[in-house]
Amino acid sequence: MNTDPAHLSTNEFIKGLWRENPIFVQVLGMCPALAVTNSVINAIAMGLATTFVLIMSSMLVSSLRSFIPRQVRIASYILIIATFVTVAEYFIQAISIELHKNLGAFIALIVVNCLILGRAEAFASKNTIWPAFLDAAGMGLGFTFALICLGGVRELIGNGTLLGYMIFSENYQPWIVMILPGGGFFSLGAWLLLFNWMKSRKERLNLAAENSR
Amino acid sequence: MNHHHPTLNPPAAEPPSSWPMIRALAGIGILCSLLIVSTWQLTLPTITKKKNEYLEKAIYQVLPGATSKKTFKITPDGKIEQFEGEERGVQRVFAGYDDQGRLVGLAIEARGQGFQDVLKILYGFSPEKQAIIGMRVLESKETPGLGDKIEKDPDFLANFKELDVSLDENAQIRNPIVPVKHGTKANPWEIDSITGATISSKAVANILRENTLRLIPVVMKNLQAFEDGSLAGNGP
Repeated sequence: MNTDPAHLSTNEFIKGLWRENPIFVQVLGMCPALAVTNSVINAIAMGLATTFVLIMSSMLVSSLRSFIPRQVRIASYILIIATFVTVAEYFIQAISIELHKNLGAFIALIVVNCLILGRAEAFASKNTIWPAFLDAAGMGLGFTFALICLGGVRELIGNGTLLGYMIFSENYQPWIVMILPGGGFFSLGAWLLLFNWMKSRKERLNLAAENSR
Repeated sequence: MNHHHPTLNPPAAEPPSSWPMIRALAGIGILCSLLIVSTWQLTLPTITKKKNEYLEKAIYQVLPGATSKKTFKITPDGKIEQFEGEERGVQRVFAGYDDQGRLVGLAIEARGQGFQDVLKILYGFSPEKQAIIGMRVLESKETPGLGDKIEKDPDFLANFKELDVSLDENAQIRNPIVPVKHGTKANPWEIDSITGATISSKAVANILRENTLRLIPVVMKNLQAFEDGSLAGNGP
C-alpha cells in the first residue's frame, strides 16, 4: 500500500468517483436520484447543486469539528447543510429562472439527501479541511456522474432525446413509463445489475489469476 | 479540616456541561443566518431583474405584434387604474400596443392551485377576437418531465392560439373554458389535455376559467381605458 500524502489525497478524491460511488455502490441519496433524473439537464443541475452543498458543508463541518460537541452534532450538521442549500437555491435563481423552474421542489430536498449528512458524519467530522474537500468533491462528482447515467437512459428511452436533441426518428414512440417514477426504479436496477456484474467478474478474474500462479 | 461534614452531600459526578452545546448551536445558528442573509442581499437585485425580464419577455410572447406595453391594475371594485411602483398583491393587467399605438391585447396574470404548489400563469387576451391568444407559465413546481409539459408541449400550447372567451348579450362569458381528454377537442373553448399530465392540464384550464369568468367582463367594459392608455404617460 502506497502511503505518501499525495497518493492518499488522490485516493480520497478518486474513491467517490468509482470504488465507493454514492449511487451505484453505497446506494445513498436515492430521493433525488430517482426523482429528478428524467432528463440529462436536470440530472446535471441537481448533481452540481448537490456537489456544491456537499463541498461547502463538508469543509465547514471539518473546520468546526473540535467546536461541535457529540451530543448536538446532527443538529449542527443539518443546520449547516440547510444553509448551503438555501444559498444554492438563491444562486440558481440568480443564474437562471428557467433552471430554477425545472428543478422546482427538488432543490429544497437536497437537505435530506443522506449522502451529505453521511459524509459530514463519516468523514468531514474526523478529518482536516483538505481531505474533507477532496472527499466531498469526489463524492459529489461521482453522484453527478451516476445521475447523468440514470438521466441519459431515461431521457433517451422515455422521450427519444438526449440533452433536448432528437436522437431517434420522429416515428419513435417514447416509453412514457421511463420518465415516470417507475422508470427511475427500472433504470437504477439495470445500472446496479451492470455494476455488480462488473464487480463480481473482476473478483472472479483476480481469483483465477491468483490460482493459476 | 480535611474530612467532609456528614450533613453535606457528597460531591455529585460532574454533569456534562451544557455550555459547549449551547455555544455550538448558537454560534452555528448565527453564522448560518449571516450566510443566508448576505447571499439573499447579494442575489436579490439579480433575481428581481431576471424575474422582471422574464415577465416582460412573457408579455410580448402572449401578445404577438405588441411592441410597447403599459401596466394597469384592476381595483377590487372593478375599476382600471394605472399601476405605479412596487405594489404587491394586486391584479395586474399589461396592455400591449403595436407600432401605431393601437391596442393589440391585454396580458393578464392568473394564479391557482397546481399539482404540487401554486401555479402562476400569464395569458394574452385579444379584445378584437374575444379570445385568448397566448399563454405562458410564470411560476410552477409541477413535476419535472411530466407536469412541466404544460410549458413545452407544442400540442398543448396550440390550445392557446385562439381560445374562445367571447361574451354573450349579458356581457358574461358564453362558454366557460373546459379541459377535455387528449384528441377530443371539438369546440374553440375547450382545452386539449396532455396525456400523462392530466392534473396539470386541468389546473391550467381551471385557473384560466376562473380568471376569465371574473376579469374578461370587467376588461371588456373598460376597454376604452386601455385603448387610451397609450396616449397617457407612464413610459413604454
